Amino acid sequence: MNSSALIHAIIDGVLTGSVYALMATGLTLVFGVMDIINLAQGILVILGAYLSYTLSVHFGVDLFVGLIFTIPTLFVVGVVIERLFVARLKGPERTAMSILVTYAISLVIEGILNEVYSINQVQLQAWYVNRSFLIFGIYLPYIYLLGFILAAVLLGSLYFMLYRTRFGASIRASLSDQTAAALVGIDTKRVATICFGIGVAVTAAGGMIYGATNAFNASTSYDLISRLLTIIVLGGMGSLGGALVAGILMVMIGDVVAVVWSPIWSSMSFFVVLVIVLSLRPQGLFGKQSARVA
Amino acid sequence: MKQTPWWVLAIVVFTLFPLVVTNPFWTTIAIFTLIYMGCATSWNMFSGYSGYVSLGTAIFYGCGAYTMALISIHSHMPGGAEQFLLVPVGGLVSMVIAVPLGAVALRVRRHTFVVITIAFFFVFQLAAINANFTGGPAGLSLQLIGWQGNSYNTPFYYVALAILVFAVVLSALVRRSRFGLQLLAIRDDEDRALGLGVKVKAVKLTGYTLSAFTVGMMGALYAMFLGQIYPQFVFDPVFDVTVALMAFLGGFGTLLGPLVGGLILESSQQWLTATYSNGSLYLILFGALFLVVVLFMPQGIVVKVKDMWMKRSLKASDDSSIPTPATVTGGAK
Amino acid sequence: MTTLLEAKDVSRAFGGLKALAGCSLNVERGSITGLIGPNGSGKTTLFNVITGYIKADSGSVTFDGKDITNARPNAVFALGIGRTFQMTRIFSRISVVENMLVATQRDESWLRGLTRSKSSKSELDNAMEWLDFVGLARLANLQAGSLSYGQRKLLELAYVLVADPDVILLDEPAGGVNLTLINEIGERIRTLNKSGKTFLIVEHNMEFVMNLCDTVTVMHQGRNLVTGQPEEVRANPLVLDAYLGGGDDDDEEVIEEMTNG
Repeated sequence: MNSSALIHAIIDGVLTGSVYALMATGLTLVFGVMDIINLAQGILVILGAYLSYTLSVHFGVDLFVGLIFTIPTLFVVGVVIERLFVARLKGPERTAMSILVTYAISLVIEGILNEVYSINQVQLQAWYVNRSFLIFGIYLPYIYLLGFILAAVLLGSLYFMLYRTRFGASIRASLSDQTAAALVGIDTKRVATICFGIGVAVTAAGGMIYGATNAFNASTSYDLISRLLTIIVLGGMGSLGGALVAGILMVMIGDVVAVVWSPIWSSMSFFVVLVIVLSLRPQGLFGKQSARVA
Repeated sequence: MKQTPWWVLAIVVFTLFPLVVTNPFWTTIAIFTLIYMGCATSWNMFSGYSGYVSLGTAIFYGCGAYTMALISIHSHMPGGAEQFLLVPVGGLVSMVIAVPLGAVALRVRRHTFVVITIAFFFVFQLAAINANFTGGPAGLSLQLIGWQGNSYNTPFYYVALAILVFAVVLSALVRRSRFGLQLLAIRDDEDRALGLGVKVKAVKLTGYTLSAFTVGMMGALYAMFLGQIYPQFVFDPVFDVTVALMAFLGGFGTLLGPLVGGLILESSQQWLTATYSNGSLYLILFGALFLVVVLFMPQGIVVKVKDMWMKRSLKASDDSSIPTPATVTGGAK
Repeated sequence: MTTLLEAKDVSRAFGGLKALAGCSLNVERGSITGLIGPNGSGKTTLFNVITGYIKADSGSVTFDGKDITNARPNAVFALGIGRTFQMTRIFSRISVVENMLVATQRDESWLRGLTRSKSSKSELDNAMEWLDFVGLARLANLQAGSLSYGQRKLLELAYVLVADPDVILLDEPAGGVNLTLINEIGERIRTLNKSGKTFLIVEHNMEFVMNLCDTVTVMHQGRNLVTGQPEEVRANPLVLDAYLGGGDDDDEEVIEEMTNG
């Protein structure tokens, strides 16, 4: 394996991987706080991408400026989904039901997107998508760097919110023990709703970058959601740091396999790594080991 | 008051159906409906009883389909009735594949299990698309079967019905066995079951493997019926979720639930896609229907109807005392 | 009397917290042994180590001469150690009698479970007999989740008994249960003890423990502090100190009871 391919894998891993990490963080946050697996995360990323597409094509709004509009929009979408559907799920099969309900939601959104935007693939356009710069002997479109910066800024502010604010403290309390959090007077319902909103809001930014670096249509969401799910499981479900590491790992492994072996197998490699890791560490890289008594 | 049991009526209706309705448009819909009812029943026999929701059912469907296609092509089997012999072989191959998959996937807790089954699914799908022996994205074509006209569908219909009956009987037997009781105990409190001497690992793996058998047979039948398979259709993520949806729609963990769910969902899906070519409208309808069901009858149609029936009969009888509980052995339902 | 169950120098830490720090315990065959101590003294952790739900960092557990340290819960159960939980753990979505049947065969091969029905006639009779013993027979076909808290405790006791274990570990059998039921549970334990069952009981209700047990071990900070007959333990100043050190509301009641009684 030549060294430039390795460098490329590392750079791509960090730049693209951090965007995946951003989207997966939303997913793992929702799972950690609510025990809800949001299968609609994939289609919501695509929705975010399409919103940016509409703003830029029809209104001439710059992709990054457009986020000022799309992030709050998706936050509201998340809150509505949580209030209307997810909050109604109760009982022992709640997590299993959440998978199916969010899948049904994602089907509805997929159908609507197909109707509105057709099934032809599109890609977001801007000068920084088309122009490249040279780094370590590799040409890379500017969007990769900008996307990384955006993901880093958003992840940074998310972490700041979680670890430095009062509301963040109640989220973290709910993450570690929902019952105990409710007992010490945290309004876990409100925390859940806002968490779901935040978890969905990150897809606006993730979707914009994804849409600028990939051609997409509504059915691209299947590939996306399977990647996001494997990231949060590999990292350990409910672990924020785990999502970050696993997101970067996923892209790196795919790139390395593509060079060493064949691009055909690169998309499969990550799933294989996941299976191997889980057979050794069932709780994922950074997951908490659940005790037999609970 | 002695009534004819529901299953006798159902078998009579299903047996007579292709004799009354001969139009291939309808019999094709019926065959797909039977296939999905069987897969949903089989899924429910493991996931519904144990609470371990699997979203990788299509792995076994696909493996069954490829078993049928590969063996019949490479053994130069003439297209025709003898291919049906390969249907149970497809089931067995799926079972064998289920053992290592289950051994790894069932090591983790149930929420993670869902995601691992998804990961496994994508491994299989990508392998089928990229490998050489599977024919890659172009798939495989089986030998043509020379059956003519309206009767082409009939043998497929009855074989599908036979597999479905097998799946239901198996599921009912499991529900009545000690093994089934152990699966249900695992669903309620796995650690406690372990502490009471239930060998949870072996029980879960056995359930997972058994449920792969019927799905594999249905996959093999599908391959033979269509005469052509593509990796993206036999390893279809929508199949994974649809099968689970059917069981939840009808009633998770009940015997009748997946049958009702499969009957309603698959027949309406086939009809909708055949009538309206607009696929996205179908997606919206399908998703919305499911949301409505979950919000208004989260326990599924079967349980909801049963409850309503109970309330009605309670009201009808002046005697408001609690009905005498069923005999102990009859508690299996 | 001979020792049936023995824990020797068992230690277990959770992170920095030493839940058990070299705890030893003897349970004589045919006895009712009480295990008391302030909250957080490691009683339930010791139960969990004995029954295989938690692994010990060091030390050993022997049962009837066999080493069962860190054996899996099903293996421990198969040998004849049954237990209940502080927060009752029943199977809520199957019927009461089905709960009983889960535990019926404590060491049956899993393959056998596939080929046999849920219960044989004799197993069913046996299950109903035990349900009758705890007074739940008429609720046999009810979904277990619909039972009241006290009934759940009784069901948990019954389904442990159905497997005919030699020693039964009860984690707060009287906790959260009304007085009539407490006395009833005490009666049942005494009857079973006369027929040869050995008991190890964790309990906060002092009166219950002092009336019922032959031997009492007091735990404090993950260690066994004092062992003796109920009167000796009651009189021991070390025990009072241990409880006073705790300073917990719950424990203050205990101290009151101990000093008054």
